Amino acid sequence: MFEVRIHGRGGQGVVTAAEMLSLAAFDEGRYAQAFPSFGSERMGAPVVAFCRIDDHEIRTREPVMEPDALIVQDPTLLHQVDVFGGCKPDGFILINSARSFDELGLGEFVQGFRHERLLTVPASELAREHTGRAVANAALLGGFAALTGVISLEAVERAIRERFAGAVAEGNVAAARAACVWVVAELRELSGATPA
Amino acid sequence: MPRQLEGSRAVAEAVALCRPEVICAYPISPQTHIVENLSQLVKSGELAPCEFVNVESEFAAMSASIGASATGARAYTATASQGLLYMAEALYNASGLGLPIVMTVANRAIGAPINIWNDHSDSMSQRDSGWIQLYAETNQEALDLHIQAFRLAEELSTPVMVCMDGFILTHAVERVEMPTQEQVDAFLPPFQPRQVLDPDEPITIGAMVGPEAFMEVKYLAHAKQMQALELIPEIATDFKRAFARDSGGLIRSYRTEDAETIVVALGSVLGTIKDTVDELREQGMKIGVVGIASFRPFPLDAVRAALGHAQRVLVLEKALAVGIGGIVSANVRMALTGLQLHGYTAIAGLGGRPITKTSLNALFTDAAADRLEPLTFLDLDWELVNRELKRMAGSRASGPHAENMLRDLGAVAAGPV
Amino acid sequence: MKAPAIRFYQTGSFAVGNRLLDPEQRSVQADEQRSNSITCGHRACQGCGEALGARYALDAAMRATNGQMIAANATGCLEVFSTPYPESSWRIPWIHSLFANAPSVSTGIAAALRVKGREDVRVVGQGGDGGTVDIGMACLSGMFERNDDVLYICYDNEAYMNTGVQRSGSTPPAARTATTQAVGPEPGNVFGQGKSAPLIAMAHEIPYVATATVAELRDLEAKVQSAMEIRGARYLHVFVPCPLGWGSASKDTIRIARLAKESGIFPVFEARDGEVTDVSKIRRQVPVEDYLRPQKRFAHLFAPEPKTEVIARIQAGAERNIRRFGLV
Repeated sequence: MFEVRIHGRGGQGVVTAAEMLSLAAFDEGRYAQAFPSFGSERMGAPVVAFCRIDDHEIRTREPVMEPDALIVQDPTLLHQVDVFGGCKPDGFILINSARSFDELGLGEFVQGFRHERLLTVPASELAREHTGRAVANAALLGGFAALTGVISLEAVERAIRERFAGAVAEGNVAAARAACVWVVAELRELSGATPA
Repeated sequence: MPRQLEGSRAVAEAVALCRPEVICAYPISPQTHIVENLSQLVKSGELAPCEFVNVESEFAAMSASIGASATGARAYTATASQGLLYMAEALYNASGLGLPIVMTVANRAIGAPINIWNDHSDSMSQRDSGWIQLYAETNQEALDLHIQAFRLAEELSTPVMVCMDGFILTHAVERVEMPTQEQVDAFLPPFQPRQVLDPDEPITIGAMVGPEAFMEVKYLAHAKQMQALELIPEIATDFKRAFARDSGGLIRSYRTEDAETIVVALGSVLGTIKDTVDELREQGMKIGVVGIASFRPFPLDAVRAALGHAQRVLVLEKALAVGIGGIVSANVRMALTGLQLHGYTAIAGLGGRPITKTSLNALFTDAAADRLEPLTFLDLDWELVNRELKRMAGSRASGPHAENMLRDLGAVAAGPV
Repeated sequence: MKAPAIRFYQTGSFAVGNRLLDPEQRSVQADEQRSNSITCGHRACQGCGEALGARYALDAAMRATNGQMIAANATGCLEVFSTPYPESSWRIPWIHSLFANAPSVSTGIAAALRVKGREDVRVVGQGGDGGTVDIGMACLSGMFERNDDVLYICYDNEAYMNTGVQRSGSTPPAARTATTQAVGPEPGNVFGQGKSAPLIAMAHEIPYVATATVAELRDLEAKVQSAMEIRGARYLHVFVPCPLGWGSASKDTIRIARLAKESGIFPVFEARDGEVTDVSKIRRQVPVEDYLRPQKRFAHLFAPEPKTEVIARIQAGAERNIRRFGLV
């Protein structure tokens, strides 16, 4: 089982992100369970959503306590909410930001982690470029596909098209592709660079 | 045909397949997506003929359902928590009149303090209302139970509520098999009412019944639920034949054959419990779990048969009978009358507090070692409680409990000292 | 359809003998073939205004609908005295659910008939003032707001009679009830409270609102007929004296109802889409005292000494009605 936790704020499409991730996994013939953790029902409040992916029926219903992958849609949460709780040292972390982990003040925190599994991607900027709005959820899923390999970019695209329609869908698909490309490039660079 | 759907959507589609004729809906979290989906299906013409009535309260929702059902229409509504309480009088009326209304209860805690998250206090509070109560473990079972519910309700002429955990199931997106219209039509015949308001054959429904006959009329409701003890497994068997899967029934046992410790629970937490049971089995513990699917009627015989051989029973429940303790455990105890075994009650998950595998693992381990108190509150913050109790003992004007405790938690800004 | 203009009547009672009229002008009650929707043998008090009003209204409704009608009844006197187990006075399809929900049950019945393509069958919801104006107000308002195809009839005897004469939102000022007793400095119900269900109905701008009394049979029957010619939410408020609760003689029920109209205490009118369209004028205005005196619930206004100020206030209220509705 692969467990993902997504952090963001109300209005950023965090719940939709988890749902699309589950659609992508389902699309590839796997079982997936996506659900939100329910904070206040208002815009701007911290929101967490979860997605579990497995090859057989998923029975457990608890929140994802030890994520295999963490997606942070809103970096302003980083020092406000404990987004990293339960993160495993060999887990994946993908943060929506144009800045690096060091620049985000997380350099020390991630010392024990596998550096090739920790990435930032400017998903909001890519989203704005391709859709006109800085809603980063779909783009981040493209990056997630590249980072973890748990789902394919094609499945992400199909999930986006299922969830959205017309120009909105196509814009988000383009943003997801762009984020995927970005992450692939970053990973290539990381594997070529000397370890920290 | 497998689909990846939100639980609410799955239930709405399943209900639509049952060809409801009158749907009365009043919104309340976390049921809103169900009624929104149904309203869209009716408005677009996909679900027709069907009248969707936007009523002004839950009391009106059940009342309009009563009128519709008495006129021979297949009636459906959905609610939760405060809404269920608001229609409490009408619940008793519907069951007393013998009207086969089907209702989804998206289980949610009851305030005060106001809380929109999941627990079973709402449906548990109405366990004696005369309604049949079925609890779904998964979204698949939730959608399946609605199909079974209409058939059960109409055969017995008694209302049925299908309980599914609010948010945990209603808002979870997961894989389900959605039946086809043909399959449902073959399983669920058109509604044939036992009583109907008809100008061609006028009848009086709802007369006052005095001491000379009330006991008998009331007993009839009980007799129908006793019949349901037979009918529920029959319908589940029929369902399996038609849809090729296990859904519903009275109870379901998991790894209990040689179990010394058996956990009992209702609803979605059974999934997490099963995972925990597997973990503990791996370590050699002889533990199993029984899920109760039909809470009313309560399957005394089936529960006794399932639990009788264990050394101890731990009932994990998501509701609290304030002043005494467990609700489900009291019912389970009745089933085990005369048997010698240890009984434990664990109250968990109230107001949506997550029930984690880690906590369950520790709880079950304690139970197996008979280290538990008869009544346990899982993951309760005793320090927080004791601080408030101390405040209360210190002064009469100690302030509102919830706000004091939230302040302690740092969840709200500091107020007056 | 207005009540046929009839130019002669009995002095005093203003009643019109049916044998003097053409058959088409005769009341439904004069018809031997009337449906007798609520038949004899029920347990109402002698002189019960509600039993009379219900019989008048429902027989008229049955004629207007060709006998295709279903009734939903709130808890109250009418429901209790008409269905003493194991008997029922009802010769029409009839359901009693709860106290507060007759309008909602009616909504549900109408929805079921619609979905089954049986819109030829009409729905009547009915209840007393308690069940309509107080505890049933939310459900009533909901039914109005949705414009559900229901005729709701309120039989107003101005208190919770079935439970022992307690005050309702319809109880008039100064009236004695069990919870507004004739003691203290302000005996009886206080001034400045209460609500007008007909005006509330009009505020919803439903197609038809009307008031009527049991003193004017033809007017009441005509209004039921008019109501049944319309689809959508309709409301009929019928003034029904209660000899027991009001402390009046059982023979005076119709007379007191007439006095309520002739004094201006109870305006009789019709309204469509929120505006008054027709008013039943007062023939010969009488002072409110004439209306109050025959009722023991107002006895404290006359003895041990007359409370002229209170009576004057009641008179002022009647004058206001007259002015507001153009009753003279």
